[in-house]
Amino acid sequence: MGEEILMDIKKDYVLSRLRDGERIDGRRLDEIRPIEIETNIISKAEGSALVKLGDTQVMVGIKMQPGEPFPDVPDRGVIITNAELVPLASPTFEAGPPDEISIELARVVDRGIRESEAVDLMKLCIEEGEKVWMIFIDIHALDDDGNLIDASALAAIAALLNTTVPAERFGLGDDFPLPVRNLPVAITSLIVGERYLIDPTRDEMSVGHKLITITSDKNDNIVAMQKSGSYLLSEQKFYELIDVSVEKAKEVRELLKEI
Amino acid sequence: MKENEFEADKGEEKVRLIVDGRRLDGRGFEELRPMRIEAGILKRADGSCYLEMGRNKVVAAVYGPREVHPRHLQEPSKAVIRYRYNMAPFSVEERKRPGPDRRSVEISKVSREAYESVIMKELFPRSGIDIFVEVLQADAGTRTACLNAATVALVDAGIPMRGLITSVAVAKVDGVLVLDPMKEEDNFGEADVPFAFVIRNGRIESIALVQMDGKMTVEEMKRALEIAKKGAMQIYKLQREAIVKKYEAIEIEEE
Repeated sequence: MGEEILMDIKKDYVLSRLRDGERIDGRRLDEIRPIEIETNIISKAEGSALVKLGDTQVMVGIKMQPGEPFPDVPDRGVIITNAELVPLASPTFEAGPPDEISIELARVVDRGIRESEAVDLMKLCIEEGEKVWMIFIDIHALDDDGNLIDASALAAIAALLNTTVPAERFGLGDDFPLPVRNLPVAITSLIVGERYLIDPTRDEMSVGHKLITITSDKNDNIVAMQKSGSYLLSEQKFYELIDVSVEKAKEVRELLKEI
Repeated sequence: MKENEFEADKGEEKVRLIVDGRRLDGRGFEELRPMRIEAGILKRADGSCYLEMGRNKVVAAVYGPREVHPRHLQEPSKAVIRYRYNMAPFSVEERKRPGPDRRSVEISKVSREAYESVIMKELFPRSGIDIFVEVLQADAGTRTACLNAATVALVDAGIPMRGLITSVAVAKVDGVLVLDPMKEEDNFGEADVPFAFVIRNGRIESIALVQMDGKMTVEEMKRALEIAKKGAMQIYKLQREAIVKKYEAIEIEEE
């Protein structure tokens, strides 16, 4: 009950500040929180990244091993994306099998990487139809201060960028860097009445779970999209959001180029 | 050397989906698949619908408003909406393992969210409205077919709604945007964008669901929405017809 009252107070506060065109943390409506990307922090993993998006923190680890290809694409590596919203990351997360929120998170991140063809899966074929490299992208939320999706997507591509294929360990020749050729970036907005807030914080989310994630690639193509939450979106806003999200993604992509 | 091999493979694999300005099934770019909608086909459910969209065959059932089990899921001020999308094991080429997988959990979530914003749930505190959709035969666009069927089933159950949900996808195949993609276009296409709209007073009011995977430019995405809207209006007419037909069939007993 106390939690609910607190949420109502936060909601009123967010809305009253927004009436003056301001966000509670002083950001512009389309301003993304400061981003820090650290890579190669888990030496046991083939690739890893810790992303801080404001106070939101997500770690992604990449593990690879040989496995069987899917029968319809016998000459391509396999990507498997999984997200765990561990109870350490938020008072509202509970231990147990993945719920629909973590499944959605993993699938939206996966779509961005898959559809932008970020990883050259053709180069991960070991023996056609028999053996290919499998890439396990494991998203581990550490601190959920809002917008886990964008932080996770960023951590995933950052981790892939510094992944080394562990060929030696499996007696398959020399290790080689994972062939990454695209940089998908997810941009999530919170819809609040007639406005939208890019990269919402947990407190801003108190106005309601009304999100849309638009992922675009280095050629400014849209590669994934997900409307999430019970709300209705106007066509006008849909148009604006795709334009803004593609623009914002460019800013974030610059950070990826530095790692 | 390996790389060249793959390039060659890729060339052979390429399936042409648009031949002489027509789609493989003879449709024009902005033409829907044939649809058949029938309301009230299940006896036990409070509302139901059978729907065919091309080779998709789906059944929707609505139960409620009714008591919520388990009871801790009850909401004191509104009804709880549940939506379960499920594929029959025999609905696809290779048998689908029964039960929910990650894909169906996601589809159920976004579909439920679409209805949560139109069903007048505040009229039914502490109760539940369950929407169950079963895919009996799948041929791309099952989530859109299920949404279209669920809308008719909800009306059939007499659930008050602020508008009707109508859903259709637009795909990009061979560089062309096409309405309501079928299996081949979905498999080999470049992008797929399922939409669901709220239609109120015969007019599209807003977007209740949008997802996307594949590759599209911003301009294509905007055009995709326009194409989807046209398709949705046609589906809306068919949904209405199905509902009207059901109610016409009810004989009014004179006192």
